[in-house]
Amino acid sequence: MEAIYALAIGVLTASGVWLVLRPRTFQVIMGLSLLSYSVNLFIFGMGRLMIGGAPIIETAAKADPSLYDDPVPQALVLTAIVIGFAMTALFLVVLLASRGLTGNDHVDGDPEA
Amino acid sequence: MNGWVNHLPIFPIVIPLVAGAVMLLFAEARRAPRTIIALVATLANLLVALALAYIASDAVPSIWPDGIAVYLLGGWEAPFGIVLVLDRLSALMLVLNAVLALTSLIYALARWRKAGPHFQSLFQFLIMGVNGAFLTGDLFNLFVFVEVLLAASYGLLLHGLGEPRVKAGLHYIAINLAGSFVFLIGVSLIYGVTGTLNMADVAARASLLTQDERILFETGIAILGSAFLLKAGAWPLNFWLPSAYGTAAPPVAAVFSIMTKVGIYALLRLGSLLSGASGASVPAPFNDGWLFGIGIITLVLGTAGILTASQPQRLVAYCVIASAGTLLAALGFGGTAMKGAALYYLTSSVLATGAFFMLCEMIDRTRQTGEELPLEMMEPVGQESVDTDFTDEVVGIVIPAAMAFLGMSFLACALLVAGLPPLSGFIAKFLILSATLTDTAPGPAPVTVWVLWAGMLGSSLIAIIALCRMGIHLFWSTDEIMTPRLHLGEAAPVAVLLLLSVALSIETGPAMDYLNLAGNSLSSPQIYIDAVLSGSRAPGPSPVPSIPVEGIRQ
Repeated sequence: MEAIYALAIGVLTASGVWLVLRPRTFQVIMGLSLLSYSVNLFIFGMGRLMIGGAPIIETAAKADPSLYDDPVPQALVLTAIVIGFAMTALFLVVLLASRGLTGNDHVDGDPEA
Repeated sequence: MNGWVNHLPIFPIVIPLVAGAVMLLFAEARRAPRTIIALVATLANLLVALALAYIASDAVPSIWPDGIAVYLLGGWEAPFGIVLVLDRLSALMLVLNAVLALTSLIYALARWRKAGPHFQSLFQFLIMGVNGAFLTGDLFNLFVFVEVLLAASYGLLLHGLGEPRVKAGLHYIAINLAGSFVFLIGVSLIYGVTGTLNMADVAARASLLTQDERILFETGIAILGSAFLLKAGAWPLNFWLPSAYGTAAPPVAAVFSIMTKVGIYALLRLGSLLSGASGASVPAPFNDGWLFGIGIITLVLGTAGILTASQPQRLVAYCVIASAGTLLAALGFGGTAMKGAALYYLTSSVLATGAFFMLCEMIDRTRQTGEELPLEMMEPVGQESVDTDFTDEVVGIVIPAAMAFLGMSFLACALLVAGLPPLSGFIAKFLILSATLTDTAPGPAPVTVWVLWAGMLGSSLIAIIALCRMGIHLFWSTDEIMTPRLHLGEAAPVAVLLLLSVALSIETGPAMDYLNLAGNSLSSPQIYIDAVLSGSRAPGPSPVPSIPVEGIRQ
């Protein structure tokens, strides 16, 4: 499972970086979205991969933490998703404004530059 | 009384948050309530920051010993809950931010807030984010506050719209989004290795890591440090800065001059914590050699930018880069005396660049007919709530001798930025250069001293040449110069910032006493770590008894 997970993160990041370096604004925003997915998966993975483990420890007295999932990265990733989503939406607005003002979708506002 | 004072550290976050949110309830057309709320909130923020700085100095040792206050946000003990930590460094940064916020707000009230909607709310949220970043003691919480300030800054950068701003904003948002992802990767790697996000706890556990974990940990710290360097405007991650700061609305650019200092603050804070506790070497971006080299290159390139800039506001943006470079190089040089001197330089340069940004726009008005110089003045684009009366018409009291004021202010700003006597810019550079000598052993000076001296003095020389040229071009060139009508509310903030610089140079002794205290506490981070991790003297809501599940990740 770890290998597939790592591979997924790697493919998403590589595609994201390639797209961010492209000259069209739409490609940049797609690249940033892919990067945010891969970063979210990465945060999630830092809390150890486990299937079917509860994130809440039931009995405080003598629980074995290795049987449970780590709840903190799940909380972190939720925050990161919300923030990343909001920022991408904002970027989309600026992208449209730039398209409207310059009349093209080049990141520098001028395809010849 | 004492119980109330214990809750002070939360106020710099709560006041702007509440003010910004309440303002949204008033319709955009109702300016008066918004203006009153903004002024009251910013003033209250300044008072709280001053009170915090006063208590954090050794003036009242009974309240917060060693000048460190730990505020438990949820009432949970330190490594489990999120804490706010106030020490002398964060108190200093809070005061600087509050001063800059109040002056820029007053400047903006004259004209600029009318150029687009929701200026006031975004402004308050920016203040909240910057204050939160200075106060938090938790890495992920730092990320959240940085995002809050970035989100507000995206909005403010686009304030007034127009093509150059949208273009600069596009680059600024893209690079900062990518930077945030780098930040997250660093934070989550550190969490994966140490199992904690509390900065003090991370530092305490760093020394307990095994060799394998240590490698991962240092990788995480290095990635995090790169994100901080991006925020600080360090080479090679600063190409977004000149166009973003050079095109932003002037009052916005003035507040932005503290934003690069957020990155420097984070580098300083985490670097100090890691250096003291881990025993082993500090990871790369916090390492003296790396920071010094990056700082020197940033300084050289920033100075080259000052020489090439043709627009005043762009020139100031390059001054921000040069000051970031000086700071990084000085901090990278290391030594306790250097920390105090660098903090003095930071204070002086924030005041100077803040005043300079606002001044640039007023100077710009003398050349309404000029061809190349005016930053394209934007007409607000099709937003329903925007006033159409955004003109050069100045209402209110007009100050006399506008040209004399502009000239003198430009001179003062130039002296401050270039570091010539008699203002605080000179004292700051002098303190840094003298600190290089006090910290080194007797004998021939090491090569880093020579490099730092050459870099800083050369940068001053080139800056003064460029500023002379700019001054001649702006004031003495034969083009027709209109004497602009300056509103008192626009001139006063610049004057206040410059007078504060004068006060700083007159009161260098007391100021340095405080800054040296702050520098000393950065050099002995164990006090900070102990204060955070021992919940005993923590103010805030009474701690919830913690359930013994410590070390889930071990």
